[in-house]
Amino acid sequence: MKIAAAASGGLFLGFNWTNSTALPVVVDAKSIAAGSINFNSYLSIGTDNVITIVSPNPEIGQGIKTAFPMVVAEELDADWKQVKTVQGNLDTGIFERQVTGGSGAVPHSWERLRKAGATARHLLVEAAAAKWKVPASELTTDNGKVLHKASGKTASYGELAEAASKLTAPTEVKLKSEKEFKLIGQSVRNVDNKNIATGKPLFGLDFYKEGMLFAVIQRPKAFGLKLKSVDSAAAKAMPGIVDVVTFENSVAVVGKSTWQVKKAKDALKIEYEKAADLESSADHNRIFSQLMDNGEATVRRKDGDVEAAFKGAAKVIKAEYQCPFLPHSPLEPMNFFAHVREDGVELVGPTQTPERARTEVAKLTGIAPEKVTVEITRQGGGFGRRLAADYVLEAANVSKLVKAPVKVIWTREDDMTGGIYRPAVRYRFEAALDKNGTLIGYKLRGVGMNSGNSTREDNFPSGSVDNLLIDSVEHKSPITTGPWRAPITNFLAYAEQSFLDEVAEAAGKDPVAFRLELLEKAKKSPAGAIKYDIDRMIGVIKLAAEKSNWGKKKGVYQGFSVYFSHRSYVAQVGEVVVLKGKPTLKNVVAAVDCGIVINKSGSLQQVRGGVVDGLGHAMYGNMTFKEGAPDQSNFNGFRLIRMNEIPEVDVHFVDNGMSPTGLGEPALPPAGGAVANAFYKATKQRLRNQPFVNEEAFKGIS
Amino acid sequence: MALFKLSINNRAYNADVEQDTPLLWVLRDNLGLVGTKYGCGIAQCGACTVHVDGKAVRSCVLPVSAVGKAKVTTIEGLSEKGDHPVQQAWDEVDVAQCGYCQAGQIMTAAALLKEKPKPTEEEIISTMSGNICRCGTYHRIREAVKVAASKTN
Repeated sequence: MKIAAAASGGLFLGFNWTNSTALPVVVDAKSIAAGSINFNSYLSIGTDNVITIVSPNPEIGQGIKTAFPMVVAEELDADWKQVKTVQGNLDTGIFERQVTGGSGAVPHSWERLRKAGATARHLLVEAAAAKWKVPASELTTDNGKVLHKASGKTASYGELAEAASKLTAPTEVKLKSEKEFKLIGQSVRNVDNKNIATGKPLFGLDFYKEGMLFAVIQRPKAFGLKLKSVDSAAAKAMPGIVDVVTFENSVAVVGKSTWQVKKAKDALKIEYEKAADLESSADHNRIFSQLMDNGEATVRRKDGDVEAAFKGAAKVIKAEYQCPFLPHSPLEPMNFFAHVREDGVELVGPTQTPERARTEVAKLTGIAPEKVTVEITRQGGGFGRRLAADYVLEAANVSKLVKAPVKVIWTREDDMTGGIYRPAVRYRFEAALDKNGTLIGYKLRGVGMNSGNSTREDNFPSGSVDNLLIDSVEHKSPITTGPWRAPITNFLAYAEQSFLDEVAEAAGKDPVAFRLELLEKAKKSPAGAIKYDIDRMIGVIKLAAEKSNWGKKKGVYQGFSVYFSHRSYVAQVGEVVVLKGKPTLKNVVAAVDCGIVINKSGSLQQVRGGVVDGLGHAMYGNMTFKEGAPDQSNFNGFRLIRMNEIPEVDVHFVDNGMSPTGLGEPALPPAGGAVANAFYKATKQRLRNQPFVNEEAFKGIS
Repeated sequence: MALFKLSINNRAYNADVEQDTPLLWVLRDNLGLVGTKYGCGIAQCGACTVHVDGKAVRSCVLPVSAVGKAKVTTIEGLSEKGDHPVQQAWDEVDVAQCGYCQAGQIMTAAALLKEKPKPTEEEIISTMSGNICRCGTYHRIREAVKVAASKTN
């Protein structure tokens, strides 16, 4: 571990982020270096007062490298200026969750991080008590120091670290009460700001090593094709090219520089043959409508008697919503370094799942997992794409074949056309209202592509409607798909919240009042299991309504949306105004309940960024196919939202003192619905398909 | 292959590369200046922005043979100590999320402020809209440019 090398002497604490039973333990630096202790994080206090915390979770822009140490420093009463965060590599010891995904790191680690900080503080206090021969109860801590008020004695943590390392960690420590927090809840700047703003090598693509070769890969140009023959003679004759190798359906051009291999790739002559259906977007539309009516559906949730409810309904509302495939488009394209040697494998690069990278490379190479090292770099975005290990395996394949250290680089075109997309999906909603406008029946069918379950059957409004049926139909597509920031809910939330807006209108009710009425009903007489916290949902709805001055703003068309995902609750109000005759999205008000806000600055970023991401893709994101090949291959054809297209985003956090929950994803799902519902108010036309720019109702709108 | 003599960050560099090699890849693969990022390769995202004779240029589409005697500045050379007003503003406003696009954003903003020390909001938005931030940090980029402008004389 870097940490052992970096500091000599001082206090080392080993603790697990993830194992609920493990307690922090004082460890000997030498055994950390030897890799013989099974902890996945370390906290060290050097005799130089520097506090180092190893952050094991990959940093993809979610701010974990800043938020985690803040929690430790809070309980430790450390001087934040003396805290350093080091990105941990994949440890070959025992791991449970060294993953960035599912907005899960903070909720998983909150308690453990606090205990680690509190344990270190306890040991330092004990060390001071022994040194000064006073009871520990007379000692206090502040800003990296232990103080004895009666005698006026003070000692820095660095001075006490060595003595503290000789003590045994307690089995129980007292944590601060929320009111005592000094650092948590403050705005703390990203710990890597300086390195980012001065262009230091931080990312996977920035990794270079003596003797390293570069590789770009030609994959089949359409989903459903497989390799038939390769003529690489012309490519091999080009300057700087070392070799052209083939594995599975991929052809890798390996050489001395990125530009040389990129040019040589274009000189490859490859023939492909059909291995599966070559699907076009028109086929997808046909498949959706066929399966919607005649597909074999899997029931996901069933409450009451839906058929009877619809038969006896005074009014039935029905609508369908559809979205396209989407690439993740992290600005740093996929890339990875691999050096497959006979005695082991070195892997370096951006991955959200380092353990998966190791396991799969071990399987591929036949080399034992403990001989595969994974160094995790900072990552230029992930959005779920780097949960897959396909590009890591490519690097290992190429390195194995050319017997040299290799960095595989995906061009933007490779990144956009190389697959693992957010799948297209279509939903059909049906609602039954009685004569009082009460929602008595609700049906949702999702038709997904490689989605498994394309619904989230236990999310609101489930639990608030007596008669409910949610089912899903699946189409297996050769187009590869995978999780995309807020999987499933990134579109489902929009569809559902837009549909609820339609139902509220049909019921003659205000959209906010309608949702609150449903939640009150769920509270009073729940229909089936309720898997969300009704009061927290009501809380964000009321806060968003209050902060947006819901329904009371003149000349502003407001749309409402609320969603629960990744353990957090977010309500949003989209605000459209008419500028020069054009309806324009001006503002989004977001009310967020993610429990205690650890870093105010980072949290604001996650919410604003999530809203911009959600509405940007809802408005513009579109990936289409012709005979299995993507029509868009770069940012000229695939439109990402830009600065001149963003609304203001006004963020409010609920202050309820509850344990923190995820924030990397939850602000995204409600954004599309809030915006679509606001545009509806302004134009009286529903936006039922994404991207909005292709909708008739959106023509002429900014 | 041909030998190109380049002036980058007030330092002389030699690069023995093919003449159509984009400056971006010469910086990254040959000279070890990796602060300039690859994002799209077709001048759509701005991640590769550098200054050529003080003007913001997309290095991913600038062949090294076209650089000539021009003075190139990359993020590594924007200031000696990393304290250019734009770099400071980026920290003060805490702009970065993943951080990958930010070198390009900073170089674009620095070129704008050099030309127009007091840009209007419209000028900031229209200039910065050439750069993509996939994390969506646009609000803070806009704010940071304003902060930097307020500290530039």
